[in-house]
Amino acid sequence: MATPAAAAHAAHEHHEPQSFWRKYVFSLDHKVIGIQYTVTALAVGAIGLVLSWLMRLQLGFPGAVGAVNPTNYYQFMTYHGLIMVVYLQTAILLGGFGNYLIPLMIGARDMAYPTLNMLSYWTYLLSVILLLAGYFVPGGPSGGSWVLYPPQSITAGTPGSGLGITLLLASIAVFVVSATMGGLNYITTVLQMRTRGMTLMRMPLTVWGVFISAVVALLSFPPLFVAGVMLLFDHLLGTSFFIPTVNVLGTVLPHEGGSPLLFQHLFWFFGHPEVYVVILPAMGIISDVMATHARKPIFGYKAMIVSMAAIGVISFIVWAHHMFASGMNPFFGYIFAATTLVVAIPSAMKTYNWLLTLWKGSIRFTTPMLFTIGFVSTFVIGGLTGLFLGNVAVDLPLHDTYFVVGHFHLVMGVSAILAMFAGIYHWFPKVTGRMMNETLGKIHFFVTFLGAYLVFFPMFLMGFQGIPRRYFSFDLVAFAPSGLDAVNAMVTVAALAVGAAQLVFVANIVWSAVRGREADANPWQANTLEWQTPQIRPGHGNWGPKLPEVYRWPYDYSVPGAARDFIPQNEPEVAVVSPAAGPEPEGAGR
Amino acid sequence: MTEHQQAAVAGGRRSAWREIVADFSRDVRTYPFGWSKAMMWIFILSDLFVFGGFLAAYAGARMAATQPWPDRGHVFSLTIGGAEVPLLLIAIMTFILISSSGTVALSVAASHERNRSKTAALLGLTLVLGACFLGMQAYEWTHLIHEGFLPSSNPAGASQFGATFFMITGFHGTHVVIGLIFLARVLLRVLRGYYDRIGTWEQVEVAGLYWHFVDLVWVFIFAFIYLI
Repeated sequence: MATPAAAAHAAHEHHEPQSFWRKYVFSLDHKVIGIQYTVTALAVGAIGLVLSWLMRLQLGFPGAVGAVNPTNYYQFMTYHGLIMVVYLQTAILLGGFGNYLIPLMIGARDMAYPTLNMLSYWTYLLSVILLLAGYFVPGGPSGGSWVLYPPQSITAGTPGSGLGITLLLASIAVFVVSATMGGLNYITTVLQMRTRGMTLMRMPLTVWGVFISAVVALLSFPPLFVAGVMLLFDHLLGTSFFIPTVNVLGTVLPHEGGSPLLFQHLFWFFGHPEVYVVILPAMGIISDVMATHARKPIFGYKAMIVSMAAIGVISFIVWAHHMFASGMNPFFGYIFAATTLVVAIPSAMKTYNWLLTLWKGSIRFTTPMLFTIGFVSTFVIGGLTGLFLGNVAVDLPLHDTYFVVGHFHLVMGVSAILAMFAGIYHWFPKVTGRMMNETLGKIHFFVTFLGAYLVFFPMFLMGFQGIPRRYFSFDLVAFAPSGLDAVNAMVTVAALAVGAAQLVFVANIVWSAVRGREADANPWQANTLEWQTPQIRPGHGNWGPKLPEVYRWPYDYSVPGAARDFIPQNEPEVAVVSPAAGPEPEGAGR
Repeated sequence: MTEHQQAAVAGGRRSAWREIVADFSRDVRTYPFGWSKAMMWIFILSDLFVFGGFLAAYAGARMAATQPWPDRGHVFSLTIGGAEVPLLLIAIMTFILISSSGTVALSVAASHERNRSKTAALLGLTLVLGACFLGMQAYEWTHLIHEGFLPSSNPAGASQFGATFFMITGFHGTHVVIGLIFLARVLLRVLRGYYDRIGTWEQVEVAGLYWHFVDLVWVFIFAFIYLI
């Protein structure tokens, strides 16, 4: 039967692009698009990293860097937050890993709609250009903080309240369009393009994570789009959606009757699920990398899927826990605290499953595995401190302190970034055909992991002392303890060290891509389909003339009696010398 | 029959719930149609949240407004022969748009029969009805702007009325324009026999889905902005 998909595929096989531009720049190939996403996101992320150094230098050694002043401190803060959350993490985990891995892992030749996929990347690039253009316009980029709360984000007096915020809002709207186009492809591809034998319950958890994350993204980005458009109208057309009557230094603004709280509701209806958009693919990557390097089936495969789906659903009914201190009806706080604490259940399920996967595994302490274990650690610490903030009574005194900074950097920032590194080290041999250097990788891991704790753990203690976040300087904070300066200096030194470790990572990528040890077809002895391609670096159409057929789930590691300790998903018959007494391992023969 | 399905049959005493799960998680395709139709359904779900966001914001802005909300019966009225008829234009517009949903549904039915001329004629009729809707909306906007309604101001009360009205109907109008372009492209391809060549007429149904969605959203916009 000639379905459109089949027709498109036939067209694909016959028209392998030849010119350099069609092959590497305006490519329709999901692998090239995934790499484009990854490289762009890492480049933008490097800018976000440098911005955080500048902020840390000011906090650790006030006045030492004369170029940092309160105005550009707030601009750095705004851009650091948005870049890291949206333009790095969302883009790399969905756009980068999602694009590269989904078709390879489910045995498809490409995404469902390659043209839309290419458009998604170029729209993303446009949004990045719009974002960075803020630095080249009069008034500079917006300093309205990454949450963009009106009225201050668009009123005069805030840095970049002219063209800067316009560009920023336009960039966000364009990013939403890009993420929508990408998300449509990921979901449709997973649902409709799987190869023979690849049932949903045989998909690797990475694909599950990206799939659920794409669903959450598709439903949570629209409110951000709506809020951005309305804020843009308030800014450009003089509407009063979010701006009440405001008196700025004696001048009454021409606005009346708007609701700033409305913006916060719309923003956090996006903002909270966004945390899970980032962390769900990370959880999937962690699960796959962990099972592979621990040589054990993932513990509780179905529970992992159910808990990811549960997290995705619950993420839509917790948003107002960001607003306990905003002045909304306190009764909402009661409800949203209850739903927020419920998230702990699926999250804890996942953590136990990871720990039980490690339990008695033949763990290979490779670099990706180290990052994976590091993820579990930071996710637990970050998650547990989230329980503090989910309670209204505890949140109110902690809300505007460094406790919040420490919490979300560990649970969302560091955890997702560690998962991203685990993924990059794990799949680098697939992408380039060469292994990454293990020594440099381990240096990168230990400095990053320990450094991250040195940076963010003191922030919990600072938070308990009531040290306010967002401040440029603590000179006028009367209750600041005497040791604060020393702690801040230590945090800054640790942050710079973590930053330096990222240079090791970049050097490792560049060196390994050119000079690294040549990789085998399946260097980690993994079961998932992407390692079973005919060529080590899969060509156009991924699979050669015949699509692979799948006979088992992806976690048949260390099956008792099997000849090897792994059985790839596309391996039909295995001579299993069945042990006389011994329970059949979960999943064998599925 | 795949291994999974065989297992489902052999399992015998599996519950209906398990059967449903096995059905949806079967290999190759979850839904028994092409990817473009699945993608359109997913897009509609996402777009629903855009309009949901706009309408929720409308409710929020209206509740927060400090000035009185204008009387829509008066604002959206036409004066015919000296008598003021409330909501006349919008009633006609809504009737036209809903009718276009009917014509597109008939054209999808004709496409299932692979009837080229009937499909094309009904698609053409849909295009005409959609264009009528857009023309009337343009008239309504001009009329209101002449009376002093702007996104930033409203002579008859809260400024949020003009702001939400122009934003939401404008966003819906953009959807109608995109729908017309989509339908026109499908119409051309029907006329050229493209769908016979590729062996599937599914695109007619995909375009129809989008058009139904745009009409359905209008029902809610009509109810919230004009009636309630």
